[in-house]
Amino acid sequence: MARYIFQRIGYMAVTLLIIITITFFLMQLLPGTPFNNPEKLTDQQLELLNEKYGLDRPLIFQYFTYVGNLLKGDLGTSFQFSGRSVTEIIFERIGPSALIGGQAVFFGAIVGFFLGIISALRHNTIFDYGSVTIAVLGMSIPSFVFGALLQYYIGVKWGILPAALWKSYEYSILPSIALSVMVIATVARFIRSEMLEVLGQDYVVTARAKGISEFVVITFHVVRNALIPVITVLGPLAVSIMTGTLVIEKIFAVPGLGEQFTLSILVNDYSVILGITLFYSALFILIVFVVDILYGIIDPRISLGGGKRDAA
Amino acid sequence: MGETILSVKDLHVSFQTYNGIVKAVRGVSFDLKEGETLAIVGESGSGKSVTAKAVMQLLPKETTRVEKGSILYQDEDLLTFHRKEMQKVRGREISMVFQDPMTSLNPTMKIGKQIMEGLRKHHQLSKKEAYDRAKELLELVGISNADARMKAYPHQFSGGMRQRVVIAMALACHPRVLIADEPTTALDVTIQAQILDLMKEIQEKTNTSIIIITHDLGVVANMADRVAVMYAGEIVETGTLEEMFYEPRHPYTWGLLQSMPQLHQNRDIPLMPIPGSPPDVSSLHDGCPFAPRCPYVMSVCHSHLPDYTQISETHTVTCWLEDHRAPEVERPYRPDSGYRGKSTTVGG
Ligand SMILES: Nc1ncnc2c1ncn2[C@@H]1O[C@H](COP(=O)(O)OP(=O)(O)OP(=O)(O)O)[C@@H](O)[C@H]1O
Ligand SMILES: [Mg+2]
Repeated sequence: MARYIFQRIGYMAVTLLIIITITFFLMQLLPGTPFNNPEKLTDQQLELLNEKYGLDRPLIFQYFTYVGNLLKGDLGTSFQFSGRSVTEIIFERIGPSALIGGQAVFFGAIVGFFLGIISALRHNTIFDYGSVTIAVLGMSIPSFVFGALLQYYIGVKWGILPAALWKSYEYSILPSIALSVMVIATVARFIRSEMLEVLGQDYVVTARAKGISEFVVITFHVVRNALIPVITVLGPLAVSIMTGTLVIEKIFAVPGLGEQFTLSILVNDYSVILGITLFYSALFILIVFVVDILYGIIDPRISLGGGKRDAA
Repeated sequence: MGETILSVKDLHVSFQTYNGIVKAVRGVSFDLKEGETLAIVGESGSGKSVTAKAVMQLLPKETTRVEKGSILYQDEDLLTFHRKEMQKVRGREISMVFQDPMTSLNPTMKIGKQIMEGLRKHHQLSKKEAYDRAKELLELVGISNADARMKAYPHQFSGGMRQRVVIAMALACHPRVLIADEPTTALDVTIQAQILDLMKEIQEKTNTSIIIITHDLGVVANMADRVAVMYAGEIVETGTLEEMFYEPRHPYTWGLLQSMPQLHQNRDIPLMPIPGSPPDVSSLHDGCPFAPRCPYVMSVCHSHLPDYTQISETHTVTCWLEDHRAPEVERPYRPDSGYRGKSTTVGG
């Protein structure tokens, strides 16, 4: 097991290095440089700036410098906000993203869970059709449409909650709800199909044949087995939502990481783009790893690292 | 052999499917006495499992219709039972062992817990009591090192071991009736024999009645006191083991026996499979369902269903050959060719 974990960490490091390398060189294809507002800067000033940030050096040299600093834990400083470190920017911006994303995942997973279970247990009834319709709508209608509807009705027309901006906790509610629609749809659909699959298994009939109550059969034999695969979608989904979503942060004016990321791409803020990409990839790889470990703990059939778990 | 414990009368079960109504069981009747083993045999699709699951009421509610009949367990009709009442019957009065031990245990629940579940529900045992009893059961079915095995998961067991666990589970609450639906089909031959021996041994100890469903006549010969032959949702012939093996009356039973190599090695009857395939139960016509495949078919067989004929107190058959108007045919299994040499005239 320990060997397996070390191996996985090794692979994770290699994956990250590949991502950094590709992003680093691809970024050079973006038109312009961090300092491309020629009206204000003279050639001399530009040269000085380029020299200061090392942008006049050969690309390969810049790359090795970046990786070297990275190994020391230094993500560099922003070009746009001079003097501010990338780490600082990420930590400042992740808060709002993680809050609305976390709420969306929490709320969405719970609602999706019950919706999925009910529709599987009431397969081919009006409940089932209803929640399948909700799931399909949630998957196919872009979240900004829900966002805009929420802003218009709850925010403006009825004035129940603030429609946009980021001043206090209330401001996080509408963007969270808008984001959760996608989570609800994904989780409900997934649980429904897993439940239907498990409900058809022989061991469910065996469980019923024992005469235990239907509640126990559904909870311990069906739902438990149906839930295990859900962590494989929920983990990565949580990471991608909690690290900032461009559209929702934009329309609700949430100062999150997603919004910062687009901004940085627009102004060629190389170090911030790289930093956020790295942060996002690292979290993603980590959660996939955690999901695998969890799977090994929850599902007794899976033994990690090829080790025999057999008792005899 | 004691009192009748389970009595199925004129049971009709059909399924609502996308392709229309499937009449899987059409007028099945049988009795099961205390301590007795009844074998139900028949080709795939003849309705054996549906009959068994109907008794346990384990068929999918949404699509199943029990159209007619009654299932009397100790003189009470199970078909009138509500869900909660039925839960008290399952596992405690009537238990079931399924065909495939590889899929009939929950893969993410410890073996011990799966056995304890029924015990705790039916006998209101404490965790400790249920644990001890489950361990005893594992030992009873021949699983050594029971303490460690209680904590193991199904995937850590071989097929034969799993079937032992399933049997332990089924026997946990001392049911009066055990229904085993092809309990050994998925296992290899030596394990098959062990599992059958185990069931017989337990039956002797506890006087449980057993319904064993199989299409293996070797298993029947080994286990059964009485045999019911099913074809296309009906029982076409039923009788004691001797009657069925040595004096069978139905052409389908003859076909079954002739398609079994080891059972008539020393006989001069050639081994031959039954030609054709079982009918599609969703599109049955009037008349005897076996008629299209029957070598002795008469015109009446295609248009009218034959009635039950009582051959002896224990032996009934549904075939037009038993009618007094039917012509004399050369029967492959004549009573005088059997070991008992009892003389009954054929053809009436
Ligand atoms: N839930 C169901 N819905 C629809 N049709 C069903 C259902 N269960 C069984 N059937 C049909 O009922 C008929 C009898 O099936 P059954 O499972 O009782 O056969 P069997 O005699 O047990 O065969 P086998 O030896 O293959 O187990 C088959 O035609 C089958 O397709
Ligand atoms: Mg079957």
